[in-house]
Amino acid sequence: MARQIGDVIVDLQNISLRFGGVKALTDISFNVREHEIRSIIGPNGAGKSSMLNVINGVYHPQEGQIFFKGALRKKMEPHEAAEQGIARTFQNIALFKGMTVLDNIMTGRNLKMKCNFLQHALYWGAAQKEEIAHRIKVEEVIEFLEIQDIRKTPVGRLPYGLQKRVELARALAAEPHILLLDEPMAGMNVEEKQDMCRFILDVNDHYGTTIVLIEHDMGVVMDISDRVVVLDYGKKIGDGEPDEVKNNPEVIKAYLGTAH
Amino acid sequence: MLYREAGQFKASYAEDSQIFPIRQDKIGFWVLMLVFGLAVPLLANQYWLKAILIPVLIFSLAAIGLNILTGYAGQLSLGSAAFMAVGAFAAYNFILRIEGMPFLVALVLAGVTAALVGILFGLPSLRIKGFYLAVATLAAQFFIVWALVKFPWFSNNSSSGVVTAQDVTILGYTFATPEAKYILTFLIVAFMALLAKNMVRSSTGRAWMAVRDMDVAAQVIGFRLMRTKLLAFAVSSFYCGVAGALYAYTYIGTVEPEGFNLDLSFKILFMIIIGGVGSIMGSFLGAAFIVLLPIFLDNFIPMIFGDALGAGFVSNFQLIVFGGLIIFFLIVEPHGLARLWQIAKEKLRLWPFPH
Ligand SMILES: Nc1ncnc2c1ncn2[C@@H]1O[C@H](COP(=O)(O)OP(=O)(O)OP(=O)(O)O)[C@@H](O)[C@H]1O
Ligand SMILES: [Mg+2]
Repeated sequence: MARQIGDVIVDLQNISLRFGGVKALTDISFNVREHEIRSIIGPNGAGKSSMLNVINGVYHPQEGQIFFKGALRKKMEPHEAAEQGIARTFQNIALFKGMTVLDNIMTGRNLKMKCNFLQHALYWGAAQKEEIAHRIKVEEVIEFLEIQDIRKTPVGRLPYGLQKRVELARALAAEPHILLLDEPMAGMNVEEKQDMCRFILDVNDHYGTTIVLIEHDMGVVMDISDRVVVLDYGKKIGDGEPDEVKNNPEVIKAYLGTAH
Repeated sequence: MLYREAGQFKASYAEDSQIFPIRQDKIGFWVLMLVFGLAVPLLANQYWLKAILIPVLIFSLAAIGLNILTGYAGQLSLGSAAFMAVGAFAAYNFILRIEGMPFLVALVLAGVTAALVGILFGLPSLRIKGFYLAVATLAAQFFIVWALVKFPWFSNNSSSGVVTAQDVTILGYTFATPEAKYILTFLIVAFMALLAKNMVRSSTGRAWMAVRDMDVAAQVIGFRLMRTKLLAFAVSSFYCGVAGALYAYTYIGTVEPEGFNLDLSFKILFMIIIGGVGSIMGSFLGAAFIVLLPIFLDNFIPMIFGDALGAGFVSNFQLIVFGGLIIFFLIVEPHGLARLWQIAKEKLRLWPFPH
C-alpha cells in the first residue's frame, strides 16, 4: 500500500450523547488516524450518524472529550469544524436543491474565498478573479467525479445516485483533511456503488484524505477499510482491522449474524 | 432573429459566468436599457412617467430588496413597507438637519439607516423560522410606523407625521420635471439591480441560498448562519430603504408613516410571488404587473361592459383577479413570471424541433 497511515488525528474519549431519555451514544472511545479509511458499522439506530455529528460539531455530547490533532477540542460549532478541514456528506442527501450542480459545488469553496459582499456587488475586479480561480478548482473536482455534463442542471432534477455524487463533489471542493461519509452508497445499484468505491479510494490515495465511512454493505466495508468500529445500541462492541472485527463473536451475534 | 445558442462557444470561465451568456439575451437587454433609458423619457407622456414608470421602478427596487431576503435567503418578511418608511424619513431628516447634504449621500445614508434597523429586527431570525419569523417582522411593521407617528421629531413636528420631500438637487441641477425624475430613478434602480445581480451570483448569494435550502448543511460546509442571515436582512433593508426614499423624493413628494402600511408590504410580497421568488428580473416583472393590472382593469372592464357594472364592481373585480393570480402562482408556478419566461425561452431554443 502506497499511502502511509499516520498519527491519531481525531481521538474520542468516553463520549456519551443523549436526546432526552434516548441514549444515542454511551461511553464510546475510538480514534481515527491520519490517511486511513475508518469505517463505522452497526444496525439501524446504533448511533453511527450521531457519531459523525459529534465529530463535526452538529451534536455536542454531554460527556467525554474530543482531541483533535492532539489538542483538547472545546465545544465546536459545525462551521468551525469546517474551518479545521472537516467535510462531510449526509445520509439523507443535503444538497441545496434550488441551486445548480455547479453552484452547489462552488459553495464547498466558500471558506477559501476571501472577498466580501461589497466586492461581490461590484464584481468586476477582485471578486471575478476569485470566482474564476475557484471555478477552476471546482472544475477539477467535476472532472474527477465525471459529472461534466450535469454542471448546469438544478440538483433537484438529478436521479438519486448522481445527487450523492454531487454531494461528495461539494465536500471534496473544500479540499478537506478529514472526510466524513454517511452511507454514500445507500440506494445505489452495483455499478454506481463500484464507481463510488473507486472515488473514495482515489481520494484517499491521491490526496491522502482521511476518511470516516458509514456503510451497510459489508462487502464494501471489509474491502476498503483500514479499521472498523462496530456500534450497537449506542455502545461500542468491536474495533479493529476488518478480519479481526469479522471474527469477533459479539459482532457476529449483534450484527453480522442478522440479515443485512 | 432566431433564438439559438448554437455556435456560441464559451472559451473561458469568465464568458461562461456572464449575466447573459447567450448573445440574443445580451442584445435584448441592451435594447431594453436604451428603450427605458432614452426613448421612454423622450417619448412618454407625463402621466405615464408619473403614474406608471416611476412607481414601477421604485417598487421593483423594493421587490429586489424583499427578494434578497425572502427569495434568496429564505427569510419570510412582512415588514418591507416599514423599511421603506425608515428610508424615506431618514433621507428627509438627513437633508433637513445637515447643511449642504448632497442628495445621493442622503440616499445612501437612508439605505444604511434602514439596514441597521433591518439588522435589529432580523435578530429574531437567529432563533425562529417561517411563520413565526413572519409574525416577528409584522411586529416590526407596526412598531416602526407607530414610532414614526409617535415621535414628532422624525417629521420635524408636522401634524400626524406628514412630510414633504425637499427638492432633489445634484451638483446644482434640480430634478423637477417628471422626465428628470424618471431618468434619475432609472439610473439608480438599474445600478442597484446590477449590484444585486452581482451579489446573488457570487459567494454572498450562494451563502443566502444555502441557508435557505438547508441550513444545517450550510453550516457544515462553513457558512456562518448568523452572519449570513443578518447580512441578508441588512442588504434587503438597504434596498427597501432606498426605494422608500425614492418613493418620497421622485414619486409622490409628500409622505406620511401610515402610507407605508401593511397593505404596501403585502403588495411588495405579491410582486415577488407573481414576478418570481428568487429572481432579480422577476422583481421587475412583478412590480410592473402589480402596478399595471389595476390600470388595465380600470380601462378594460368599462370598455367591455360599459358603465352598467359601476365603479364598486371594478374595484372588487380587481381584488378577485389579484387573489386568483396569487393562488395560481403559489400553486402552479411558484417561480412566477420569470420562470414562465424562462420556459418560453427553452421552448424557443428547441423550436421547431421539440426533441
Ligand atoms: N436529533 C435527534 N433527536 C432525537 N433523537 C435522535 C436524534 N438523532 C438521533 N437520535 C436517536 O439516536 C439514536 C441513534 O441514531 P443515529 O441516527 O445515530 O443511528 P444510525 O446508526 O445512524 O442509524 P441508521 O443506520 O438508521 O442511519 C436513534 O435512537 C435516534 O432516534
Ligand atoms: Mg445514520
